[in-house]
Amino acid sequence: MLHIGLAHYLTVAAILFTLGVAGIFLNRRNVITIMMSIELILLAVNLNFVAFSHALGDLVGQVFTMFILTVAAAEAAIGLAIVVVFFRNRGTIAVEEINQMKG
Amino acid sequence: MSEFPNLVPALPELFMAGSALVLLLVGVFAKKDLTAGLSALAVFVMIVACALVPAAGAGHAVTFSGLFVVDGFTVFTKLMVLVAAAFALAMSVNWLRKERAERFEYPVLVLLATVGMMMMISANNMISLYLGLELQSLSLYVLAAFQRDNAKASEAGLKYFVLGSLASGMLLYGASLVYGFAGSIGFDDLAHAFAHGAPIGVVVGVVFILTAMAFKISAVPFHMWTPDVYEGAPTPVTSFFAVAPKVAAFSLLVRLLIGPFGELVQQWQQVVIFVSIASMLIGSFAAINQKNIKRLMAYSSIGHVGYALMGLAAGDEAGIRGVLIYLSIYLFMNVGTFAVILSMRHKGRAMENINDLAGLSKTHPAMALWMMVFMFSMAGVPPLAGFWGKFYVFMAAIDKGLITLAIIGVLTSVVGAFYYLRIIKIMYFDETVEVLDRGVGAGLGVIMALNALLILAFSFVPMPLISTAGAAAAALFRG
Repeated sequence: MLHIGLAHYLTVAAILFTLGVAGIFLNRRNVITIMMSIELILLAVNLNFVAFSHALGDLVGQVFTMFILTVAAAEAAIGLAIVVVFFRNRGTIAVEEINQMKG
Repeated sequence: MSEFPNLVPALPELFMAGSALVLLLVGVFAKKDLTAGLSALAVFVMIVACALVPAAGAGHAVTFSGLFVVDGFTVFTKLMVLVAAAFALAMSVNWLRKERAERFEYPVLVLLATVGMMMMISANNMISLYLGLELQSLSLYVLAAFQRDNAKASEAGLKYFVLGSLASGMLLYGASLVYGFAGSIGFDDLAHAFAHGAPIGVVVGVVFILTAMAFKISAVPFHMWTPDVYEGAPTPVTSFFAVAPKVAAFSLLVRLLIGPFGELVQQWQQVVIFVSIASMLIGSFAAINQKNIKRLMAYSSIGHVGYALMGLAAGDEAGIRGVLIYLSIYLFMNVGTFAVILSMRHKGRAMENINDLAGLSKTHPAMALWMMVFMFSMAGVPPLAGFWGKFYVFMAAIDKGLITLAIIGVLTSVVGAFYYLRIIKIMYFDETVEVLDRGVGAGLGVIMALNALLILAFSFVPMPLISTAGAAAAALFRG
């Protein structure tokens, strides 16, 4: 019987974090995918905090997770609002089209 | 049962947050648009907060179960943030009216962003750090996209949001690693935990946190959002972005590296030196080809961050004093320059190209004179204030044996002088193409003159600022 310990949780969180960061930079199609990648990063962080909190027997990590969840909701709302404003102005949310300013 | 926390150290923040909510309610229930009135009230709130900050921060106090700290250092940096925010807000109203972008949310958002910055400065725990940072960032994302019918502004908002959120994610990931491997997220506990070295997990976490902070102060290699956001955002918002959030993030970085991670100086010093050199190089070379003055100011601010980081790389009391002197001079130079940029209008349209300043000395001699003071000061020409700012960080670096860093700093400031002097040449020796409008606002003229006179005053009577900054830096090293 495999025992699932702290290292497993940290590995999963590290993979999720890497996927999130890669999703932001490699994605060329849609801004919504970028928003999902940001959520993935925050979930990886939450997983880390809860796993550490359990391993340390200390509640602070779980309190921090609650704060992150709350702020992430506000952040997603603001991000989607900005995406809507962008769509109204340009008629698209393709990542290639976010290119009015360069240099 | 825990007792009720002592609210006095947090009085300025509580007052400002309460005022922001009151202003929001007044704006929502008012029958007509009150942007100008609410902006004036918000500036007044900031001035009152300026008076409250030194009273609330006398001595050293920690409250809210160790989450919130005030000392001489927080008083100094909070005053800088408040002054920068008040100037930026005072310069905005006229511009918003002319661009028909008046909405009462503007002063409320600026006020909330300023509260967030002050919470960042006073943070003494990763949770309060994160909450302050997010309160600031979320308000700034909205402000960047504030002109919602402008494609460039919404693009700036989107870019700022994506990269800012990524930076927040990195900060949190770093904080989670520090929590896991050190067992605590309070700055005071962390400072004691690393006295006998730190596990590798903590070092990785610190690097993640440093990366996130480099995003927030727009240091190379995490600067790519800066030029686009500065160019795309409405000009008064850019004038706000250029100073207040940078001062706040910088003082947070200083507190993190000197306080909780002070024992890890061997590990972070290399990173800070690299980031400082890269910022100075990009800030001076990439600015040479710019035509848009807001974009030029973006690269200029990247360069200035590089110079200020040199003081942090020294990592001692003299270095932090140099950082504080540099940032306060940077504040006045930048506010003044943005007052000039906000005055650039031709037939009612806002102008943003450097060449639009051609022949300014003949059409607007006073404005050209003030701009010349700002540009000479930014270039670091003695005896102006900008030279003294650079002098103190260079001296701190040399005293610590960081000779290479100081030499690169001197060379890049020579390169940087090229584009500052080019603006003076365009103003004084080029033929006028389009005469800029007159009477764009007496207020902007007063702000320009005030900032130029403050720079001149500091150039010849530097001691008051130097000794205040020295006391603030000493407060950080008290323990």
